[in-house]
Parts: sequence; C-alpha cells; structure tokens
Amino acid sequence: MIQVKGVTKYYGQRLAVKDISFEIMQGRVVGLLGPNGAGKTTILRILTCYLPPTEGSVLVAGIDSQKDPLGIREKIGFMPENVPLYGDMSVLQFLGFVADSKGIAARDRRYEISKVISQCGLEQQEKRLIRHLSKGQRQRVGLAQALLGNPQILILDEPTAGLDPAQVLEIRQLVVELGKEKTVLLSTHILPEASQVCNEVIILNNGRLIAQGTLSELREKLKRSEEMRFFVRTNADFKTMLELKNENFVVDVNEKQKGEYEILLKPEVDASGKLSKTIVEKGISLFELRSMELSLEEIFVRLLIYEDGHTN
Amino acid sequence: MLKGLLPVLKKDVLIMFYSPIYYVCSLIFALLSGYFFYSNTAYFGILSLQASGDPFLSDILNLSDMVVKPFFGNIMVILLLLVPLLTMRSFAEEKKQGTIELLFTYPISDWGCLLGKFFAVILSYLAMLIWTIPCIVILTFLGKPDWGIISSAYLGIFLAGLAFTAYGLFASSITENQIVSAVIAFGGLLLLWAVGWMKRLGGELMGKILEYISMATHTESFAIGIIDTRDVFYFFMFSAFWLMLTSRILQQRYIKR
Repeated sequence: MIQVKGVTKYYGQRLAVKDISFEIMQGRVVGLLGPNGAGKTTILRILTCYLPPTEGSVLVAGIDSQKDPLGIREKIGFMPENVPLYGDMSVLQFLGFVADSKGIAARDRRYEISKVISQCGLEQQEKRLIRHLSKGQRQRVGLAQALLGNPQILILDEPTAGLDPAQVLEIRQLVVELGKEKTVLLSTHILPEASQVCNEVIILNNGRLIAQGTLSELREKLKRSEEMRFFVRTNADFKTMLELKNENFVVDVNEKQKGEYEILLKPEVDASGKLSKTIVEKGISLFELRSMELSLEEIFVRLLIYEDGHTN
Repeated sequence: MLKGLLPVLKKDVLIMFYSPIYYVCSLIFALLSGYFFYSNTAYFGILSLQASGDPFLSDILNLSDMVVKPFFGNIMVILLLLVPLLTMRSFAEEKKQGTIELLFTYPISDWGCLLGKFFAVILSYLAMLIWTIPCIVILTFLGKPDWGIISSAYLGIFLAGLAFTAYGLFASSITENQIVSAVIAFGGLLLLWAVGWMKRLGGELMGKILEYISMATHTESFAIGIIDTRDVFYFFMFSAFWLMLTSRILQQRYIKR
C-alpha cells in the first residue's frame, strides 16, 4: 500500500532523512517511532505529498508521489501534529470545507460528516467554534477531518499528544477499531501506545531507519546479539545471588526487590536450564524462573544506543 | 490545475465575513467615502448657488468633473489603504497557524488555492463597494450624472482592486506576520501608485517609464469615461505578474533541496 524506496531529504544543506526504505502492507497499523529530530514528520510530509523527497521514490496505493500528488492526497487522511484548524469556523463548517475539498458529492456530504462526527464523539460540539474547543475536542476534530471521505490510508502524527489519560484511551481505542479496516501509519513518542496499537514499528534515529518489524521480530533480532534476561524468585539474599556472576555465562545480576532478581545471561541455547541447575546446585530454593521479554521502550533504547555506537 | 478553487473560495469568504477586520474596514470605507462624497457635493452645491447669478460660472460647472471624478479618485486611494488589511491574513495566518500544511495535504492544487483566496478577497472588496450605491442614488437626485462615466469609473475600481489584491496576496505569502504583510502591501502599493509623480525628475525616457509603471496614471481615463484597452491590459498584467510570483513562493516547498 505504501512503498518508500531510498528516500533522502535535505532542507538546504541540512540532512533530514537519509536513504529510508520501507513497505507497509494493506490493513496494517504501523508505528513510526523515533526521538525528536529523527525525521518522522519529514517522512509523513513526504508521504502526504506536502514536500518532495530530494532523492528516492514514494508509491502510495500504487501512485507515484512525483507524478500525481493530488491523486495520493485523494487516497489518504492526514492528521498533522498539533492539529492546526481554522478557529473561526464551527466544527460543522470546517468539516463541510474538508468534505468539499476532498470532492465528496454534495448529496453524500451530510451523511459522511454525520458519520465522522459520530465516530469521533463530536455530537455536542458540532455547532461550536473550533477556537472554543478544548485540546481533546480539537484532536477529535483533527481525526474527524482525516476520516472524512473514508480514506483507505490514515496518516496520524502524534494523535494523542497533549491529551489526558481518558482521552488518550479513547483515541487509542478508535485507532485500533480503524486499524481493522484501514492501513494506518501512526507517528508517536509514546512507546506503550505503539506497542498496544501497532502491528509493527519503524524506528528512525538521526534521519536513518534503524529497525523495522513486529515487536517479536525486533526482540529476536536483539536476542541474537544481546544478553538474555530472566526473572528469578528465590529465598536467597542479594549477596548470595551475586555469586552467580562468577559463572562465565552470567553477565549481571540485579535485584528488583527482596527475593526477586533480574539475571542477564550471554545468548546461549538452553540458557534457562543452565541457570536453574546452577542456582539449585548452590543450595538456593528456586520458586520462579521465566524469560523477560524486552518491552518496546527497552528495544527502542537499545537500538538507539547500538545505532549511536556504530555511528560514532 | 484549479482543483480546490471553490472550496477555498467559500472557506475564505466565510472566514472573511466572520472577521471583525472586515467590518472595521467596511465601516472605515463607508465613513471616508461618505465624507468625501459629502464634501465634494457640498462644494458643488455652494458653487451652484453662486453660479445662479453668474452665467460664466454656470457654464463650467459639471457634476462629472467636480463630484464623480474626485469621488471615484478618493475611493481608489481609500481602497489602496484598506485592501492590504483584507489580504494580510490570506497566507500569513495560514502559515503561522500551520493550517497551510493541512491545506496542501488535501487534493487542492496550488493555483486552485491561490485563485480561491484571490477571488475571496475580490468578492469582499466588491461587497464593500455597496456603500457607494447610496452616493450614486443621491447623485441622480442632484442632477443628471453621466452613467457612462460612472460605469467606467466602477470598472476602473474593479481592475485596480484586482491589482491591489494580487500584490497584497504576494505580500501575505512571503511572511507569517500579518502586520508585516499589511505594511509591505501598503508600502508597495503606495509606491507603485505615486511613482509617476516623479516623472519630471527622471528625464524623458525615465519619466515615461515611471509614468507607465504608476497605477495612478492608469486610473485617470476610467474616471473621465474612457475605457482605454492599454489601461485594462496594464491592470490584468500587473495582477497576473504578482499572482505568478505568489505561486512561485508557494511552490518553493517543492524545491528538492
């Protein structure tokens, strides 16, 4: 549905993104992650044909962005960061303008607008001026305008930025629902949000793509090159558990709380078996041993550290 | 190529008529044009009374020369001051608020957007001219106004309005600050209006160039009932030039590096 090949973008002499390539299949919800200045917004602006790439190509729904940018804009719904809206218009007037711009036929306009108002919970606000709305309500108007016209591809830039927890939950649930029918590309800083909502993630750093894939794929990738982590619950004190570091396959032992430890091992086949045997041989009662999966935050941080190490 | 012209036109007209700036401009225009009309007709009235006893004076008294021509000349200058206030937010406000990014991710072409905004300001400008209608009605009770002169004067105002708006949109497109946009528009228009006054200082060739460039030169014929195609051409070319430049400004974001 979205194919990005070798995209590079310079703003004058300043490099924004370099040689970015990825593909997003139909029906996927993909998170675009990265620290500030990574190039996420640049990529979204190129996908929405607001800016052209300096090099490379972009195909959205089979349309080349250089040849038919208006064609691409007809296929997508875009919600920019900070949701810029026309404050002097009411919600209905603004959505009417958007419907008109997107070429929705006059006879279908009322139905389409009612549908997105209902989807985004804006029934009570439809006649209010946008400048009188709260931040959360404005975000929902931003999402509503992206949904107008029932585009098959949604591109959302920080859709939950600045919202309170209840509103964040609402928007996330809405995105999950939308993801069942549409292709969604979601740029976010909030890693738990990406792990809850997205099927896969694309991670950018300093304008480069450093990882792409599902969470399982990224964990596997890191497991092969990094330590294995285990959660252990025993009756031993920390001083006793630290003796495990004398074993050559143990990298580190960290105490999480009394009786609960995180143990890092070198990547090995049957590392857990070796660990449990060693603990028992030391006369320590082992109550629980399980592998600890890396959270998305940990994957993200480790990839950034790895990338920065290689770059330096 | 003009995709999105109508939606942008409707949006900008809606926003314009919700804006207090428009109503303040209309009020100022109504007050000033009404004042100038009153002062011209009052002076004409005094001279008419004097002329009742002086046949020489009554021969030279002319409603068109003494009321209509200066009235429309004054309107032109008032509009030169006010149109920058109508155009200042067209692009500057969109850039400052970030809505320009939203606008150019809809299926709206650059020219569709530009001409939509252009015609929106023209419509607002024409709506302001409604305040001149009562003056024209009064003229019909004062005497026998020459409808040819009045029609050509309105055409001149319309064409000048196209030019003022095109330049004002250019000024709005090069800044995010509305005040800066208004100052650039007002300063530029005033310079282009008055540059012909320096024709005697510039030598023969330069004097002719300055006279041709000056907008004031090209409005004179309309005020006396002459529709000179050279003047019509001038205003269309002037408008087209600044619209082209504005489109180039909008297309700067397409520069690949």
